[in-house]
Amino acid sequence: MTGTLLSIQGLTKAYPGVVANDTVSFDIQEGEVHALLGENGAGKSTLVKMIYGLVKPDTGRMVWKGQEFAPPEPRAARASGVAMVFQHFSLFDALNVAENVALGMENPPQMRDLASRIREVSENYGLPLDPYRTVGDLSAGERQRVEIIRCLLQDPKLLIMDEPTSVLTPQEVDILFKTLRKLQSEGTAILYISHKLEEIRALCDHATILRLGKNVGTCTPAETTARDMAEMMVGDTLQTPTRTAAEGGEVILDVSGLSLMPSNPFGTPLKNIHFTVRAGEILGLGGVAGNGQDELLAALSGEALTPSDAVKVKGNAIGHLGPNQRRDIGVLAAPEERLGHAAAPNMSLVENALLTGAARKNLTSNGFVNWKDTTSFAEDIIKAFDVRTPGSDRAARSLSGGNLQKFVIGREVMQNPEVLVVNQPTWGVDAAAAASIRQSLLDLAAKGAAIICISQDLDELMEISDRFGALNEGRLSAIRPAAGLTIDEIGLMMGGAHDMEVSHA
Amino acid sequence: MDLSAINPVLLIASLMVAATPLLLAAIGELVVEKSGVLNLGVEGMMIVGAIAGFAVSVETGSPLLGLIAAMIGGALLSCLFAFLTQFALANQVASGLALTLFGLGLSALMGQGYVGVKPPAMATLDIPVISDLPVIGPIFFSHDPVLYFGVFLTAAVWYALKFTRIGLVLRATGENHDAAHALGYHVIRVRVIAILFGGACAGLGGAYISLIRVPQWTEGMTAGIGWIALALVVFASWKPWRVLLGAYLFGGINVLQLNLQAAGVAIPVEYLAMSPYVITIVVLVIMSRDKTSAPGSLGRIFHASS
Repeated sequence: MTGTLLSIQGLTKAYPGVVANDTVSFDIQEGEVHALLGENGAGKSTLVKMIYGLVKPDTGRMVWKGQEFAPPEPRAARASGVAMVFQHFSLFDALNVAENVALGMENPPQMRDLASRIREVSENYGLPLDPYRTVGDLSAGERQRVEIIRCLLQDPKLLIMDEPTSVLTPQEVDILFKTLRKLQSEGTAILYISHKLEEIRALCDHATILRLGKNVGTCTPAETTARDMAEMMVGDTLQTPTRTAAEGGEVILDVSGLSLMPSNPFGTPLKNIHFTVRAGEILGLGGVAGNGQDELLAALSGEALTPSDAVKVKGNAIGHLGPNQRRDIGVLAAPEERLGHAAAPNMSLVENALLTGAARKNLTSNGFVNWKDTTSFAEDIIKAFDVRTPGSDRAARSLSGGNLQKFVIGREVMQNPEVLVVNQPTWGVDAAAAASIRQSLLDLAAKGAAIICISQDLDELMEISDRFGALNEGRLSAIRPAAGLTIDEIGLMMGGAHDMEVSHA
Repeated sequence: MDLSAINPVLLIASLMVAATPLLLAAIGELVVEKSGVLNLGVEGMMIVGAIAGFAVSVETGSPLLGLIAAMIGGALLSCLFAFLTQFALANQVASGLALTLFGLGLSALMGQGYVGVKPPAMATLDIPVISDLPVIGPIFFSHDPVLYFGVFLTAAVWYALKFTRIGLVLRATGENHDAAHALGYHVIRVRVIAILFGGACAGLGGAYISLIRVPQWTEGMTAGIGWIALALVVFASWKPWRVLLGAYLFGGINVLQLNLQAAGVAIPVEYLAMSPYVITIVVLVIMSRDKTSAPGSLGRIFHASS
């Protein structure tokens, strides 16, 4: 730590109707890991976009190693040594890994040399990647590796990471942290954005906290509790989810012998999955991304049809029913991919509310849409789940990820489902909002719904699940009570579901 | 009926000529679509190129100047499309259709004084000995330069898309314009250049019809080749060599069915006339059953709002 690498002085950026950053100032030292904390919409993304040259500040200035720094475009920022791992929108599905990496570099070497360097660097840092695979076929975790490798190949002085761990498994997070510490020891500064406060405590030297675009404080994460940091972000006391222990009622959902070939040739086939969920119970399903989570959600939501006996609700076989027929009987789902799967990006929130809520909320009659009721349904969701948006007429894509996630989960919860399947319910959502989403799932269970929560976030699963299982290569481990499970046992379940299956059968 | 009147060597030589306008227009459109823009104005740009090239070569007496003028004419018309779709953010489908209608009208106006005029002839390749070889000579070594240019262009576009930085940026822009923007590439600039390239190729293809294939000017003489080019790009799965194959297949069957008509084959003329369209589409549909799909941002309007 020899000196100040980047000094941010009074940066302000206003958009019509909202001040994204209001005179934000802080310094990043050389070789430190600096955390940037804040709720969704606190202005973190705008701030890093200014450093990366994608957005120009209205006022204020930046100083890079003592020199005035105002990158007119990302190319200039990259040339100075700034690299960024994006949360969204920066990979090209139809191109292969090497091509994606080349696009993020100023002077990429020949493809063959680049491919061997990708192999070399990716193995060095324990993030193995095949440079010739098409990115569209990779799992979320693998895609992130592509982004990270793209940055590492440029020898950055400052690496900006926007929520890098949200899609990684605990093991992958460990590997990433090793990578980051190695980079830090080589003198690279890291600006780290995350909602996961425990990670920040473990990794970061300093933290700057933003609230509503303003810098509201700094702290040393290692000496501050996660709770205190969360309260600084929110500016209020934090509610932790509380549960009223409801003893298991009757079996609502019964899945037996579910096998499914995925529709996408690179998906994971589901192999002979068995489980039951009782009324009032939350079943948590963990596992590394790409081990059948998407396929299981599809089989339960009705997107993928199965033999009718494989999925039963209250004893009725429903495997052959499509999503709308399942919604009629109260089986709802909220998939992982918010834009494009859970919500139609260019349609308004009202229209999106109609898409899944039409049947249970009686929003249509004789083929006509009742817009008045639909609008009030959408506004109820916005109110109940604290979705921050100027209005229900806004397009889904205009919402930040966390806000849209609150809307998508709220839309299903507000329909009072009998069975609710959620995949990654709090991905990219800030601590306070995540807590309220989890609380809403717990409340829903308390009212007697059967809930399946698929997640990569083990802390989340341990917090809300009654029982826990893990997916591995399309197989499900034995289901065990969540209380008292140790991390070692969970790791064994996630890695060794094959062996578990023997004892299960 | 006398099938022996059909000379296979001449048939192959003339199918290459018949295919070239289609090939040029389709390769141009392929580049445009790879950048994420759907320009339905190919027919309009071809016919404007046809008359611009015809008029200039008649006035100057130089077929080469005519071809250059055709490329400029097609590119100028595509400027209009680029302005509408990239700066005024107009709908690409509607703008493209308007471009075709406008081009057909404009070319009829420009061509009023040129009906019945004969343009200067374009020299064909004539290498001593080699061009006179039996079979190989007429097929490979006795065409006009534009035909060779069309094949060269196909190879160049294939190479550029697959191996060069420019091609990679172009594909990236067409695949995901938000990501390309986030990485600092100039989406609008790339697309405008691609649109101009497509316009120039379509113009050249049009002039090939009016200066070399038919050599004369009649209104609406492109006769739907621009639309075939659009379909060809899709059915060829946005792959340059498949475009070449499709164009030659279409040209070949077209020439063959004309020969069959002349030979008096006992099939109704209507069936023969539709055969190039049917067979080309069937073959390319069968070939395009792999998983390659359209560029991800094709036809979507880009606005750097984020």
